[in-house]
Amino acid sequence: MTEMIRKESDGNLATVERTRNTTTYTPRFDIVETEDELILYGDLPGVAPENLEVRFENEHVIVHGRVDARHEGREHIYAEYGIGDYYREFRINEAVDAAKIEAELKDGVLTLHLPKAEAIKPKRIEVKSE
Amino acid sequence: MFATRWQPFNDVWSEMNRLHEEMNRVFDRCGYRDRLSGMASAYPALDLWQDQDNLYVEAELPGMKLEDLEIYVTGDNQLSVKGSRRVPEQEKATWHRRERTYGEFTRVVSLPFPVNAGKVRASLKHGVLTITLPKVEATKPRRIEVKAE
Repeated sequence: MTEMIRKESDGNLATVERTRNTTTYTPRFDIVETEDELILYGDLPGVAPENLEVRFENEHVIVHGRVDARHEGREHIYAEYGIGDYYREFRINEAVDAAKIEAELKDGVLTLHLPKAEAIKPKRIEVKSE
Repeated sequence: MFATRWQPFNDVWSEMNRLHEEMNRVFDRCGYRDRLSGMASAYPALDLWQDQDNLYVEAELPGMKLEDLEIYVTGDNQLSVKGSRRVPEQEKATWHRRERTYGEFTRVVSLPFPVNAGKVRASLKHGVLTITLPKVEATKPRRIEVKAE
């Protein structure tokens, strides 16, 4: 599994431009593989479920979370991190059963279940004794 | 004005890391890097906001619940946030990527001005912790009437 890096030379795959004038951050992800599925855990603090878009297309998982300003009318006096949107894209090399993908966002953590297609699941061969 | 309290276990290297992180933050704000490079030596990272009545301390703590956290205000301006984040349990699993951080953390900071320790509130929403610390009367801004003669 490799993360796709978009290059300018890819022509129509050139860097995506966004219309919102905010900083976009790359969220941290964990990726775990079990026999049946791939599980992606992503930290998206500040994203409400209705502001999260998860897509699976062309073997790519695309995660885009929008974060609304949460301190209107307050003065920012010290900053160790910035607040902005999240964007990340992974290329999934495994055959995934797209219809069964499940996504859950809880306490700012996205859990994405990508079930493997039946054809590639490891099969245990029964060994018969005579 | 706002400093992490000196901790006796910090050695030269963590001091170096801190400097490195400071530099990263400078570049971060200019949009030159993303959040993947460099792990904050002081965790969690904090943002401070204020209005006329309150000081707001905010931290991103995805996946945590208020009961996983211990928040104290000691004296009138020492804030400590303590907690731990557990690794999701997976049996018979292969980890392909592990960018998120786990484990215990403690952060003690001196707030820029005294607060009313008895009336501190904390809320956790979508993985963002907000601690609301009411200012004491003496530090609230006062509007001075300017009289014309």
